[in-house]
Amino acid sequence: MSGAVQTALAGPAGPARRAVRDPLVAGLVGLCLAAAAGLLVAPPAPYLVNALGQLAAFAILAVSLDLVWGYLGILSLGHGLFFAIGGYVCAMHLLAHGAAVTGVLPDFVQFMGWKSLPAYWAGLDHAPYAFVLALALAGLVAFVFGLASFRSRVNGVYFSIISQALVYVAMLLMYRNDTGLGGNNGMTGFPLLFGWPMGSPGVVTGLAVAALLTLAAILASTRLLVGSAIGRRMLACRDDETRLRTLGYSTTRLKLGIWCLSAMIAALAGILYVPQVGIINPRVLAPDLSIEIAVWVAIGGLGRLGGAVIGAILVNGLKFWLSAAMPEAWPFILSGLVLLVVLVLPNGLLDLVGWRPRPTWLRSSR
Amino acid sequence: MTALVVDALTVAFGRFTALDAVSLAVDPGEVRAVIGPNGAGKTTLLDVISGITKPVSGRVMLGDHIDLTKRSEAEIAKAGVRRKFQKPSVFPALTVRENLEIGCGPALPARDRPARIASMLGEIGLGPRAEVPAGRLAHGEKQWLEIGMVLAAEPALLLLDEPVAGLSDTETAQTAALIRRLRRPDRAILVIEHDMGFVEAIADRVTVLHEGRTLYEGSMAGARAEPQVIEVFLGR
Repeated sequence: MSGAVQTALAGPAGPARRAVRDPLVAGLVGLCLAAAAGLLVAPPAPYLVNALGQLAAFAILAVSLDLVWGYLGILSLGHGLFFAIGGYVCAMHLLAHGAAVTGVLPDFVQFMGWKSLPAYWAGLDHAPYAFVLALALAGLVAFVFGLASFRSRVNGVYFSIISQALVYVAMLLMYRNDTGLGGNNGMTGFPLLFGWPMGSPGVVTGLAVAALLTLAAILASTRLLVGSAIGRRMLACRDDETRLRTLGYSTTRLKLGIWCLSAMIAALAGILYVPQVGIINPRVLAPDLSIEIAVWVAIGGLGRLGGAVIGAILVNGLKFWLSAAMPEAWPFILSGLVLLVVLVLPNGLLDLVGWRPRPTWLRSSR
Repeated sequence: MTALVVDALTVAFGRFTALDAVSLAVDPGEVRAVIGPNGAGKTTLLDVISGITKPVSGRVMLGDHIDLTKRSEAEIAKAGVRRKFQKPSVFPALTVRENLEIGCGPALPARDRPARIASMLGEIGLGPRAEVPAGRLAHGEKQWLEIGMVLAAEPALLLLDEPVAGLSDTETAQTAALIRRLRRPDRAILVIEHDMGFVEAIADRVTVLHEGRTLYEGSMAGARAEPQVIEVFLGR
């Protein structure tokens, strides 16, 4: 008994140590910071800078999905929705800002025959308002959808299917020209960012650096979260939700909170992505993009935040390269990667380095 | 006052009636065993008490005021009810210590947790295994860890669903001793078990269920003498 008390009181508990000691996350955060510094000191060719910035935005998106899928067991096949909310609001800001400075209305507004921007665009030329609106909107949509699902205990594959349906409905909505957000052409031709001409080397570098720094911050803070007491409840909820409930915890509140947080991180990724590609259209709401996000996470290593980043960068890096070199082969390569991971590496590429044992929760179906 | 009153409880799954107007009352400080053949409705009874299943009719009163059939699982747990599941239900990704920490429940202040966890580790004898992930424990260790998790919140009503299933004779005897130690004037314990020797060792009274109905209630010795009970269960 006294031995047990000593064990219990001695030193920091396991999770505290684990939270700090994640060499993978620490290494990736360091890499992001180093890359950001490198871009500022000696920027390479703008297209490379731009590609790096886009990869960082995708990595943030992957982290947001891993947070709910890997740590809470909620597979969203509709995370493109939150990414798109961030992207669309960002695009609206860029166009409203451009119109306010230059006095020229965006192309799609002129095509629609409108004399001014619709009323709900009011104030979007102010960046802080647009930023808050994007996150709040993503959080709100996630909250309503999450509350309805988690309260009525919609779980597992049913939740995944409904999340997929949701992103599809949003895509149909955005394809309509009357929705007022550019219809199937989407929104493009952003003239300015904070008053600077879009596409100038400084803006390209600035955006990439911002994406890298955001990735580093998101990675570090989500790692702290999953290493905390809340993170342990997330793992407990993932592995046995009924057990956690019957110990007195409201899992609905836990799931809803993390779900909304994940949606807002995905929106942040969309905000960073759109100015770098210079366009947003309803394609980002296509179900296959949302499924692809899950593929990045699965390939990199589900339930390891560093794995999600590696998966996103690897798959998208390959895509940047191969979809230019041999575009017709890309779908086959992606499918082959998925099969390889499912059959050989159930925990993704991190299995190759033996980062952790096979999780029992993937095998037991209770 | 009674610790737990189950009043004319009826549960149906489609056209199958799992519990048919079952009633029982457990006193504070009592250890009650519920026995009966497979399909008698024992686990369903625990499912209703812990809020996982809602009944068609009837009430389950905790103390004199709380009707558990109208509460969620988390609210029932907060009212002081804890359940050990039949299949050892621990969180495999978390260590023994982290499992016990969660077992303390959301209400216990952080400063009281280390002492509570330490005393539980001592009680269940897993002190040396405190930093091991629960997924790597042996079956018996998982059973004990789950008992520790449900005890960590000092429940007023403890529900144990086959706590010695799959345990060795030594482990069964240790578990019986543990349950006898858990007996307190302000705590009621409801045990479901197939092992008659174990039931005899721990229970004050037994309730025999058969096909969703109460067949017998009273002492274990009385149950052994009851012809109907012998016929459906003990006599086999």
